[in-house]
Amino acid sequence: MPLLQLEGISKKFGQVVVGEEITFQLEQGDSVGIVGPNGAGKTSLFAMISGDIRPDSGDIFFEDMNLAHMTPSSRARAGIGRTYQVPRPFEHMTVFENALLAAQQGGRLRGKKSYAQAFAALDRTGLGEYANRPAGSLMLLHRKRLELARSLAMGPRVLLLDEIAGGLTDLEVNELTTIIRQLRTEGIAVVWIEHVVRALLSTVDRLLCLAAGVIVADGAPQEVLASEAVRAVYLGGKIINEVLPQ
Amino acid sequence: MNQPTSGAANQDGSISVRRSTHSPIFTLVGAFVLVALLTAAPWIFSAQFATTLTNFFILVIMATMWNLLAGYAGMVSIGQQAFVGLGAYATLYLALKGMDPFVTIPLAAVVCAAISYPVTYLLFRLRGGYFSIATWVVADTAMLIIGTIAVLGGGTGRSMPGLQNLSPSQTAHDSYLATWFVALIVVAGTYYLLRSRLGLVLASIRDNEVAARSSGANVRSARRLVFVIAAAGCGAAGAVLVISQPFVQPSSVFNLQWAAEMLFVSMIGGLGTIEGPIIGSAIYFVLQQTLQQQGAWYLIIFGSIAVVVALWQPRGLWGAFRDRFHTELLPVGHWVDNIKSPE
Repeated sequence: MPLLQLEGISKKFGQVVVGEEITFQLEQGDSVGIVGPNGAGKTSLFAMISGDIRPDSGDIFFEDMNLAHMTPSSRARAGIGRTYQVPRPFEHMTVFENALLAAQQGGRLRGKKSYAQAFAALDRTGLGEYANRPAGSLMLLHRKRLELARSLAMGPRVLLLDEIAGGLTDLEVNELTTIIRQLRTEGIAVVWIEHVVRALLSTVDRLLCLAAGVIVADGAPQEVLASEAVRAVYLGGKIINEVLPQ
Repeated sequence: MNQPTSGAANQDGSISVRRSTHSPIFTLVGAFVLVALLTAAPWIFSAQFATTLTNFFILVIMATMWNLLAGYAGMVSIGQQAFVGLGAYATLYLALKGMDPFVTIPLAAVVCAAISYPVTYLLFRLRGGYFSIATWVVADTAMLIIGTIAVLGGGTGRSMPGLQNLSPSQTAHDSYLATWFVALIVVAGTYYLLRSRLGLVLASIRDNEVAARSSGANVRSARRLVFVIAAAGCGAAGAVLVISQPFVQPSSVFNLQWAAEMLFVSMIGGLGTIEGPIIGSAIYFVLQQTLQQQGAWYLIIFGSIAVVVALWQPRGLWGAFRDRFHTELLPVGHWVDNIKSPE
């Protein structure tokens, strides 16, 4: 049984299509990248998986659970962690408390176990030294790391990363990809939306390209990047009209 | 980077977490002295001052509950007077049935909690300003319904039974003690709540509701629980209010003025802190005692203070003090021990 399975997910906001019959599966320990131009529906796809928005049609299964009637919090407790493209720290709580909330609620831990798991997530993302700082005082880089730390503190089985490498230096991107590669060895499945393609290529073994809510390519990263469909999506022009459904 | 680098974790991965920035001994000693002093207040101070303190603690109860709603759970209610009024009338009804008015105080709280629970299913369909207006509608609806019940005095109200055997000074004395104990329970209960796991959930909702949800926090049930607790607290405030007056009238106990006072003192004291509403209530009472002879100026000055604080100290006076001096009288946070400072 796949860990995560999307079956014919569709979503429109008025006339804007952000999802059109999206179907894909994810196994334990998979590492999948998602690319696509702005407005392709990448973040909306995450929002449908995490429960922030509801699809118009289609089903999402997490193992044998149909997520249709599950709230975002119960999906998080089931093991779906996500980060946000624009970091959403709990600004008036400390960095440690940010991770602690996730460990206690998403991870369902109590007392010392929750403290240990929260702090391990901070240490792992290089935020241990900032544990007692108010999260609102962090710079962008550390806010991005806190997004990752908070989702790791839940002990997720699927991790949805939304442009977590954006704005980072090469060194910082390398540190991040090292962490993400290690997550795979722990059996955590990672889905990563990223415009920093170099970071994706060093980490994922499968790439999806999304355009106007449609998966236009799905396969090995190099093959996907070389495909006509993906070139059409990024370069536009005549080819795109042949690739995308009207 | 994948190995612990901060030095705070022990070899087995466990860490040491403190819940206070200073020794709890000082807090405990200070709290004990304050509780002893305020319990003895009717024997120390004049009856008039005890009455002023009674009104002060009624406001502390209401503002603490309002702060829990708005400052933590993000629910800006302008209809909490619904539960002040319902608590008052629950006390009146039970006293009419022959119960000692003082015994009815916890029952009034329970009645308000029971009424508030189904109300959440109506109110929680609305957000932001719509939610606020709906709470006001609930309060006015409750007032109109109560005003039609003849046995409770209808629109003109009636005096509290069960207090005739007490002298006015004895009523003031007992009212003060009842109000003070309710305030103590409400503030101590709020402190306990905010130190619990639920407290962390409420703080996260206050800061970012969407992220709280995706971190596994059950935002809706946390909000529902807070709404019920706030209703119970305001119900108890309504009960002690009518015992201290001792007269019940719909237009008085369901007055929007209560919500305005809760909002004002929480805002100037510091939203999202336990200390803020208490400090705000103290400032409000000092100003009220000082300025009440000034007629309309009294309200103009209050309004000006609210505007100034909202513009220049949006975290309130206690919030600004805490941020500057990094101190908390009633700490609810978590601090990890043995953290190396970042380079």
